[in-house]
Amino acid sequence: MWHRIYALIVKELLASARDPQTRWVVLFSPPFLLLIYAFAITQEVSDVTLAVYNQDQGRASIELISRFEGAGVFDEIVHLRAEAEIARAIDTRRATLVLRVGEDFSRRLERGENAQVQLILDGRRSNTAQILLGYSSRIVKAFNEERLHQLGLVPPIRLVQRTWFNSNLEPLWSAVPALFAVLVAVVGFMVSALSIARERELGTFEQLLVSPLRPFEILVGKSVPALLIALTSASAMLVLGLLFLNVPIRGSLALLFVGMLMYLSAIIGIGLFISSLAKTQQQAIIGLFMYMVPAVLISGYATPVENMPDWLQGLATATPITHFIVISKAVYLRDAPIGLYFSHIWPMAVIAAVSLSAAIWLFRRRTG
Amino acid sequence: MSKLVTIDGLTKRFHNQNRSALQNVTTQIESGRIVGLVGPDGAGKTTLLRLIAGLLRADDGRIEVGGLDPVANARQVRKRIAYMPQRFGLYEDLSVGENLILYADLRGVVGSARKETFERLLEFTGLGSFTDRLAGALSGGMKQKLGLACALVATPELLLLDEPSVGVDPISRRELWRMVGQLTEEGITVVWATAYLDEAEQCETVLVLSEGELIFDGRPTDLTAGVDGRVYLVEGIKGDRRQVLNRARQHEAVLDGTIQASDVRLLLMETAQVPSLDSLTGGAGARLRRIPPRFEDAFIDLIGGGFRAESPFARNSERSHGATIVVEARGLTRMFGSFTAASEISFDVRRGEVFGLIGPNGAGKSTTFKMLCGLLKPTSGEARIAGVDLRTAASQARARLGYMAQKFSLYGDLSTLQNLRFFARVYGLTGAKQRLTIERMIDSFALADKLDENSSQLPLGFKQRLSLACATMHEPDVLFLDEPTSGVDPRTRREFWAHINTMVTNGVTVIVTTHFLDEAEYCDRAALIYRGGMVALGPPSELKARAISPELPSPTFEDAFIALIEQIEAGRAR
Amino acid sequence: MTFSRLAAIMRKETRQAVRDPSTLMISGLLPIMLIFLFGYAVSFDPRELSIGVVVEQPTSETESFVASLRNTRYFGIEVAIDRQVFASRMAAGKLDAIIVLPQDFSATALRGEAAPIQVLVDGGDPNTAGLVGSYVEMLVLNWLEQEWLDRGQPPLAPLVSIEPRTWFNAEVSSRNYLVPGSLAIILTIIGALLTALVVAREWERGTMEALLATPVGPLELLLGKLIPYFVLGLGSFMLSVLVTVGFFDVPFRGSFLALALAASLFMLCSLGQGLLISTLTRNQLVAAQVAVMLAFLPAFYFSNFVFELDSMPPALQLFSYVIPARFLVSTLQTQFLAGNVWAVLLPDLAGLAIFGIVIFAVCALFTRTRLD
Repeated sequence: MWHRIYALIVKELLASARDPQTRWVVLFSPPFLLLIYAFAITQEVSDVTLAVYNQDQGRASIELISRFEGAGVFDEIVHLRAEAEIARAIDTRRATLVLRVGEDFSRRLERGENAQVQLILDGRRSNTAQILLGYSSRIVKAFNEERLHQLGLVPPIRLVQRTWFNSNLEPLWSAVPALFAVLVAVVGFMVSALSIARERELGTFEQLLVSPLRPFEILVGKSVPALLIALTSASAMLVLGLLFLNVPIRGSLALLFVGMLMYLSAIIGIGLFISSLAKTQQQAIIGLFMYMVPAVLISGYATPVENMPDWLQGLATATPITHFIVISKAVYLRDAPIGLYFSHIWPMAVIAAVSLSAAIWLFRRRTG
Repeated sequence: MSKLVTIDGLTKRFHNQNRSALQNVTTQIESGRIVGLVGPDGAGKTTLLRLIAGLLRADDGRIEVGGLDPVANARQVRKRIAYMPQRFGLYEDLSVGENLILYADLRGVVGSARKETFERLLEFTGLGSFTDRLAGALSGGMKQKLGLACALVATPELLLLDEPSVGVDPISRRELWRMVGQLTEEGITVVWATAYLDEAEQCETVLVLSEGELIFDGRPTDLTAGVDGRVYLVEGIKGDRRQVLNRARQHEAVLDGTIQASDVRLLLMETAQVPSLDSLTGGAGARLRRIPPRFEDAFIDLIGGGFRAESPFARNSERSHGATIVVEARGLTRMFGSFTAASEISFDVRRGEVFGLIGPNGAGKSTTFKMLCGLLKPTSGEARIAGVDLRTAASQARARLGYMAQKFSLYGDLSTLQNLRFFARVYGLTGAKQRLTIERMIDSFALADKLDENSSQLPLGFKQRLSLACATMHEPDVLFLDEPTSGVDPRTRREFWAHINTMVTNGVTVIVTTHFLDEAEYCDRAALIYRGGMVALGPPSELKARAISPELPSPTFEDAFIALIEQIEAGRAR
Repeated sequence: MTFSRLAAIMRKETRQAVRDPSTLMISGLLPIMLIFLFGYAVSFDPRELSIGVVVEQPTSETESFVASLRNTRYFGIEVAIDRQVFASRMAAGKLDAIIVLPQDFSATALRGEAAPIQVLVDGGDPNTAGLVGSYVEMLVLNWLEQEWLDRGQPPLAPLVSIEPRTWFNAEVSSRNYLVPGSLAIILTIIGALLTALVVAREWERGTMEALLATPVGPLELLLGKLIPYFVLGLGSFMLSVLVTVGFFDVPFRGSFLALALAASLFMLCSLGQGLLISTLTRNQLVAAQVAVMLAFLPAFYFSNFVFELDSMPPALQLFSYVIPARFLVSTLQTQFLAGNVWAVLLPDLAGLAIFGIVIFAVCALFTRTRLD
C-alpha cells in the first residue's frame, strides 16, 4: 500500500514541478503576491488633501490650522473662500476632509469658553474618514496641551499611551499575518481542487481506477503532495516576510506549523470535495471561486468577525481561514498563550475530519 | 482537367521542432477528384490540410487554391472550401440541429436551400431522429458524422477531411465513403487524409507523405502493381498461427506479415525466394498461396517494411495454456435511465485467448468493456476476472490486469521515464526488479532517446509504445485494450500486434474492442454487440463464413460484419 | 461583415451560456452572494472595543471614571484589580486595550498634580490602536469637564473639541460604499473571468479550428462572442443594482443613464481583458488563474473599493491607473452617494474609454484567423 501512495505522491510533485506554468502559479506567485498586496492593504492614511475653511481671523484659529499643516499627514492644504466650496471640494474628491473653523472660535477661547471646530469627512470613504478623525483629534489634543502649558497650568490627568506588540504601529505588521493565512489557503485550494477534475478531464483517471490503487489511497496520494506544496510555498512566504518586510515572528514556529498542518488538511479536504463534485476543470474553477471568495470575506481578513451578524459569525467559525488568521496573527506578533492555539486548532481538526470524509464518500459515489 | 490546388516547393517549420513538418512539397490537385493523403503518424498530413485551408502560413514555397493565396485571400478561399478537422469542433452543449444551423448561418445557406440541404444531410447521416439530442450525448461515430454534415452544409468546391473515419464503425465508414463519392460526382474535389489504407485504395490519386516529404504521388493501383506477385497467404495452419507469424516476420525473405483470421499474410522482399513452409512450421496441411496485393502491402513496401524485431515479451515467463476460464461475463446488463446500453451479455474467455468485442458505434461495446474491467457497475449480472469481481476486488486482484485506454492516458506532464516509474510503483514493482523491468522496457521499445521528454510531446507511435509498456510491465494475466490502435498508422499497428501476439503466446489473455476489422482478424474469437445485445460469437473465420454469398465468395471481416448486421435488421423488420 | 453570420455566433454563444449551470451560477448567484456579504459581513463601521480597566485602588474618582467609560457606546468594559489577567487576554487578541488607573491615582489628582493614566493598546491592528487612543483622550476630557462641573469649580482652561460631520453617509455605514463598489467586482468576474474561460474553451476543445475554416471574419467572431456576455454582464449588473437599492436601502442619488454608461464602458474593458488573456493562453486553467491575478485581484485591491489607494506606495497608486475598476468604483460610489458629479464622472468615463480602446487595439494585434 505504501509504495503505491508513494508513487502517487512522487507523480503529483513531479507534475507540478515540471510544468513551468504550474510551477509559477503554485510555488512562486503566492510569495510574489504577498510582497505586492502587503503594501496594498496597509491601511495607513497618508498623502490626503485637507481643505480649510476658516471664517475666523483670530490667532488661535491660525495656530490650530498651522498645527494641521505641520502634522505631516496632509500633503496638500487647500484654503477655501466660501461656504459653497466645501460641498464642491468633497463632491469632486478634491479633498478628503474639510476643517471648518467658525467665526467666533478665537473669541470664545479668549472668553474662556470651550470652542468647537467642524470636521467634514467624505462618507464614501468612511474607513479613511475614521482614521483621519483619529489623526485630527491627536492634533487638537496637542494644541490643547500646548495652550495649557502656555497658561502655566498642569493638566490634571496625564495619559501615558503604550502600544504593545507593534510599538511603532507598523501597518505592514498587521497586514502580513492575515495575508499569509489567505495566500496559504489559495495555494492549498488551487492544488487540491483541480487535481481530480483534471485527471477526469484528461482521461488519466480511469487508468488509476483500474490499477491496484484504492480510493482511500488515491485521496491520500492527492492530499499529501498538496500539503507539501502548500507548506513549501508557506515557508517561502515566511522567509520573505522576515527578510524583505521585516515582520518579526515572536511566537513558536512549531505551533504555527502544527496549526498550518490542521489548516491545510481542512482546506485540502474542501478542495478535494469540490474536485470530486466537478465534472470538468471549468466547473472546479467556478466551484472553488464560489466557495473561496465568500469564505475569505467572512474570515475576518478584511474586517473583524465581531462586526458581523451572529449567524454569519457562526458560518465564519465553520471556515478554517477564520481560525488560522487568529493563529497566524498570534504567532507573528503576540506570542499568545498556548490555550489560544488549541481553541482554534481543534475546530480546524473537526472541519478537516468532516471535509475529508465527505470527499472520500463523494469520491466513492462518483466513481461507482 | 483543371488544377484546383497548386502546391510548389511548400515548406513549413514549427519553432519547437528541429525537423520541418513539411519539406519542399510540390503537387497539384485536379478538380473533381478524390485524393487520398496517407503516411505514418507525424508525416505532415494535418499540416498540409491546414496550409491549404489557410489556417497556417507557409515558411517557404507557394500554395494556391483556385488561383488564390489561402492566407492573403482567406475570406474568399474559405468560402470555397470546407474543412473537417481531425477533432471536429462540435459544440457538445448544442443539439444536432443547432450545430447544423450554426454552420448553415455561417456559410450563408438560408431559405429553401437550407431545408433541402438539411434533409439531404440528415438522411445521409441517419441523424434525422436525433436532431434534438445534444451533440455531446452522441456516440463517437455519430459525432463524426455530424461533424462531416456540418462541414458539408454549403456545397464547397474543395472538401478537406482529416481522418474522418477514426473511431467510426465499418457500416458508417461505408456510408461516409458513399456520401463523399456522390460529392465528387457533383464535381467537388476531396482531399481525404487517413491512416486506413483500404480507404486510400479507393481514391483516384494518393499522396504519400513520410517525415514531411512527398514520397509518392499517383494512382494507388500504380503503387500496388509494384508488389504484385510478392504477397502470399499461409493457409491451413495447424497449431498456433501466431507462432507462424512470429517466425515468418524474422525470416530474411519476409518484409511484412499479418494475421488474417486463421491464416497468415506475407509480403516478400523484392528479389527474395518464396520461403519454404518447413521453416515456418505451419504443420503438415499448411500451404502457400499467392494472392493479389492490396494498397497496404505497397505502402509498407514503400516505407521500408513492417515491424520485424523480436518483441521484448518473448522472454516473459510462460503461463500454462489450457481450458482455464479467466474471464466470465454472466448476464451483464446496464441501464442508463430508461435506456438499456447493454443487456444480458454472457461469455467466457479462456486463458491465452484474444477475445474481441466488435459492433457499430453506440451499440454497447464500451459499456460491456467497462463493466468487465470494473469501471462501470452492472445494473444486473456480474463480471468475474480470475474468479473475482473487479468492482469489489481487493487491489491485489487489480494488480493482475493491464489496461490501455483508447485515448492516450498517461501523464502528459511527466517524462517518459517518470511515467514508467510511476506505473511500476503503483503495480508493486520495487527495488532491483523495478530497475530491471524499466531497463528492459526502455531497450525493447527504443525509448532511450525520449526518456526526458514530456510524454505529451512524444510522436503518436512513441505514445503508443509507452502506453503499452506502462500497461504491461507488471506482466499482467489479463490485458484490456480499448480501441488500442485507433488512428495509428499501419507500421505502428503491426509493431503493436507483434507484442500482443507474443504475450498471448505466453499465456496472457487479451480483451480488445475495435472498429478496425483488420485488427479483429487477430482475435481468436469475437463477440458482435448490436443494439445492446450480443448477436454473434465465434472465431473470425466462422463469422466470415456466415456472410458467404454468391456475390461475396470470400468476404472480408468488414463485409461479414455488415452482412451480419443486415441479416439481423432484416430479421427485425420481419 | 454580415449580420447573419454575427447573429449565428451570438445565438450559439447565448445558447451555450444559458445551458451551462456554471454560467448561471457565476452571473446570478455569485453577484447576489457578494452583495449580501458586502452588505452584512464586511463592515468598516466602528465596533465596540473591548477594554480592560485595571483599578489598583478603588476610590470615588476611579468609580466615576469607570462609570463615564461605561456610558459611551464605544467600549465594552471589564474591570479588575490586577493587570496580569488582562495582559494575557490581550496577548490572545481578546482585548483591544487596557487602561490602568494606578494606586495613587486619586491622591495625585487631588494634590493637583498630573495623575497618570496608562493606556496599553494592542498594536496588532494599528488603526484600531490609534482609534482607542483618541477615544480615550476624548473621554478623559469629557470626564474632567464633568468632574469640575460636579465640584462647582470653573473649568481649568478653555479647550477645543472636534465636531465630526460625515457627508453623504451621515450614519457612517460602510455598507453604503462597499455595496456599490462590489458591483465593479461582479462585472470584472463576468467580463474577464467568464469570457477568458469561454474563449479558451473553444481553443481547448478544438471548435475554434472548425469556426476559423468558415468564412467568418475576426470582427464577426469577436463581436458575436462578446455581445452575449456584454448583455449577460449588464443584466447581472442591473439585478445587482436593484438588490442594492431595493434590499439594502443604499441611497441612489445619481442618474441611471450615467450609471449604465459607465457600466457599459467598464464591461467593454473587462471583456477586452478576458479576450486578450484567453487569446494568449488558449488554455482554461491558465486563463482562469491569469484572469484572477490580472483582473480580479487588482480590481479588488487597486480600485479604492476596500483598500484606500491614498495609503499605498506611489508606484502602486500609479499602477492603479491601468486598472479599469479604479474608474468605475469612484463613479459608482459617487453616483450612489453623491449624485451626478460631472467632475468625477467625466474623467472616469474618459479613463474607461481610453482603457477600452487600448485593450481592443492590443486584442486586434493578437487576434488572427489562423492557428499559428
